[in-house]
Amino acid sequence: MTKGLDAALCAPTRGEVLLAIDRISLTFGGVTAINDVSFDIERGEIRAIIGPNGAGKTSLLNVINGFYHPQQGHITFKGKTRRRMKPYEAARSGIARTFQNVALFKGMTTLDNIMTGRNLHMRSSFFWQLWRHGPALREEIAHRKFCEEIIDFLEIEHIRKVPVGRLPYGLQKRVELGRALAMQPDLLLLDEPMAGMNLEEKEDMCRYIIDVNRHYGTTIALIEHDIGVVMDLSDRVLVLEYGRKIADDEPAAVKADQNVIDAYLGVPH
Amino acid sequence: MGLDPGAASFALDTFAKLLRHHADIRGRRPAMRHKDRGIWQTWSWAELYANVRALAQALKTLGVQRHDKIAVVGSNRPRLYWSIAAAQMLGAVPVPIYADAVAEEMAHVLENADISIAVAQDQEQVDKIMSVLETLPLLRHVLYDEERGLADYDHARLHAMTQLIETAAAELAANAVTAAALDAEITAGNGADPSVMLYTSGTTGRSKGVVLSAERCIKAASDTVAFDHLGDTDEALAYLPLAWVGDHYMNYAQSFVSGFCIACPESRETVEQDLREIGPTYYFAPPRVLEAQLTRIMIRMEDAGFIKRRLFHYFLGIAKSWGEKILDKERVPAGALILYRLGELLIYGPLKNVLGFSRIRIAYTAGEAIGADLFSFYRALGLNLKQLYGQTEAFLYVTCHADGAIRSDTVGPAAPNVSIRISEAGEVLFKSPGQFVAYYKEPEKTADALTPDGYVKTGDAGFFDSDGQLKIIDRAKDVGRLSDGSLFAPKYIENKLKFFPDIKEAVAFGHDRAFVSVMLNIDLLSLGNWAERNALSYASYQDLAGHPRVYEKLAQHVRAVNSALAGESVMAGAQIRRFLILPKELDADDGELTRTLKVRRGFIAERYAPLVQALYDAQAEAADIATEITFEDGRKGELRARVKIADILPAPATSRSAEMERAA
Repeated sequence: MTKGLDAALCAPTRGEVLLAIDRISLTFGGVTAINDVSFDIERGEIRAIIGPNGAGKTSLLNVINGFYHPQQGHITFKGKTRRRMKPYEAARSGIARTFQNVALFKGMTTLDNIMTGRNLHMRSSFFWQLWRHGPALREEIAHRKFCEEIIDFLEIEHIRKVPVGRLPYGLQKRVELGRALAMQPDLLLLDEPMAGMNLEEKEDMCRYIIDVNRHYGTTIALIEHDIGVVMDLSDRVLVLEYGRKIADDEPAAVKADQNVIDAYLGVPH
Repeated sequence: MGLDPGAASFALDTFAKLLRHHADIRGRRPAMRHKDRGIWQTWSWAELYANVRALAQALKTLGVQRHDKIAVVGSNRPRLYWSIAAAQMLGAVPVPIYADAVAEEMAHVLENADISIAVAQDQEQVDKIMSVLETLPLLRHVLYDEERGLADYDHARLHAMTQLIETAAAELAANAVTAAALDAEITAGNGADPSVMLYTSGTTGRSKGVVLSAERCIKAASDTVAFDHLGDTDEALAYLPLAWVGDHYMNYAQSFVSGFCIACPESRETVEQDLREIGPTYYFAPPRVLEAQLTRIMIRMEDAGFIKRRLFHYFLGIAKSWGEKILDKERVPAGALILYRLGELLIYGPLKNVLGFSRIRIAYTAGEAIGADLFSFYRALGLNLKQLYGQTEAFLYVTCHADGAIRSDTVGPAAPNVSIRISEAGEVLFKSPGQFVAYYKEPEKTADALTPDGYVKTGDAGFFDSDGQLKIIDRAKDVGRLSDGSLFAPKYIENKLKFFPDIKEAVAFGHDRAFVSVMLNIDLLSLGNWAERNALSYASYQDLAGHPRVYEKLAQHVRAVNSALAGESVMAGAQIRRFLILPKELDADDGELTRTLKVRRGFIAERYAPLVQALYDAQAEAADIATEITFEDGRKGELRARVKIADILPAPATSRSAEMERAA
């Protein structure tokens, strides 16, 4: 990979806390989605969030990227503490995400979808963009180059000009990852990146996630149900049940944790 | 014309000298293109020469000497072509290896060819080579092109080509003595020395290394370049397997002889788009590629709107009636000509544009028999598609069609300067300018392949038609007889079956048996679409393959083949009486096909022995089979199925069938 993309995405320096969640609670009316949860994400790690259905995993991601506002608690991202964050602020400060259900622009091509990820980095004025001339054109060339690196990285050259609505699900997921990467995020949130995929697609996706993490040092937080995948990929695993944290440790330890086993397999009452 | 056949040519007896020649006389013309990060990058002949020199210098620094063997593994990428040229520049012998070969197959070639340096495309190929490195004491260094994923590897014997080229180029620029020494290497090149080793696909047993000399390669390529008037304004897309003689001939030898530009696709999946963007003038496609393309066109047209569909079918009818005649410059009625021109404007032109065929002057197909309908479809659109018959041992061309004298059921008359003879037993023998020197380290096999007077045995059975065109029926050793004595040519039957889009692969049995039976592979693309249209639900390939309605549909095709066979007096006795549909696709990874995707009949008979037995057991209506399958990553799995067997009544022998009339 060329230096452009390498340098653009930050270098791995494990240990430093990138994001800290401090005693967050989130309720919808009488329903408590997240109940007094604290955890942190270190720079350069792959952090998995697991838990049974309705445990509050996606809500937690939504809190992190500012889509939901917690009633209690604080979020510290890159040393800056706040109670609530707006989604565009989260995006600007370096948080990118993909969704459980693919949320791409179906009528646009793969390339255009990934280019939208560069939107926040575009500086030229509306006037020039309107004519696609001068600074706007130069800027587009630079961004296109960046996107081509991502296309090469994710091996999706063959669908560069195909509208994403026509692509199989597994490839759409990959394009969505591409769009998130185009933002050059400090923190990448992946909501079930492998849901609904076949074995081969899952293996591919795992490889891309590891590559993104190892080569560019991007910090990743992911929600995943496939325990095998979680154990292989992640450095640390956070386990939620009914909005509460029931375990937070390295994969092997989590796997042996009685609370986790009970949550997943059920306990006789 | 790139090569002046007169005075200059005597000195140009190696590829390195040809390269230097082109850098001199057409240094700024494009020589090679590659689509990288979405943009086509172009190297001129001068730049190509400079890069190949640098790479040669790098190889020299790594200790490469004359007659060393250098493996090249990967797909069609510029640096892999450069390494072929760089090896030849030093008098070393490049050995291209099929990129999809699994590690053991690759180990066989690496070991057999005494490889000292291997050039690999990417991590995948490096991993394969590394996994067998222990068994290869001669292999000293591994070079790679794509750096991705290789950063953490031990680089003691592993080198990135980009770095090697950069360092060596700097050295050549800085040090005149080094540069002069490299020039001396080029001048010292001898055309009679081995120039390249191409491994046969291994249809019959282990693959053999076919040694070719530079002067013979260049002679053969020069003949065909003149025959098809290829020059430096032509352009080809290099997408065929690097290790196959066809690719080495068309995208390397012919390009180096005539100076035309070759374009390397971005990746294997983008070939179609790249074809369209490049718009080659010279094109080769094996029948199966053309067939897959036709199937896709037809399926997509079925999904088109009413008006488009009607227009398409109407003008396709016009093209079928007049297209080939117009292509062959025969006289046609003015009305037909006007309609055809209109069709060109509305349908053929846009269609060819989508396929990337707009600029093609010359297109060849070879490798297996091509269906008459398939062949004339493309010709009717105005594509100058021709057939050739060739072999690695001949350095490709044995016969080829000349412009304007083309038939789907023959492979044409002898190519320029090739002489052909049919042996007593019906085997085709030839002597050609590009003829191989020997099989590497196998003098007995070399002697076996030659007649006492120096003709090469092709192993194919064939005969000359009344107009001097060669017709190939089968591998000579595969032509057998049924127990009642009638002639049985399995491939001939298989090809007739495969001309139906629903049938992807067929394997015929019958030698020393009472009747002919076949195993079929369905074409998932074609039948899957048909199933969708007919509201036929199925869960998997296996499920669809065993579906009663699919059996019904294929039974119709088998009956059609039978009635065609009934019309040919020699073949009428070998009609198909029973068939079954295999629950899995035949695959090269399982050893059922060769790497060039030809069926390995003997292996299949062994592997599916219970099925063959059931085919010849009159009582059996179905048979159970359990077989091992290999996944792409090398893991194994097992597939179990119950396979139904269908009976077919033979067609009555007719003296003249429609088939014959069309042929006549």
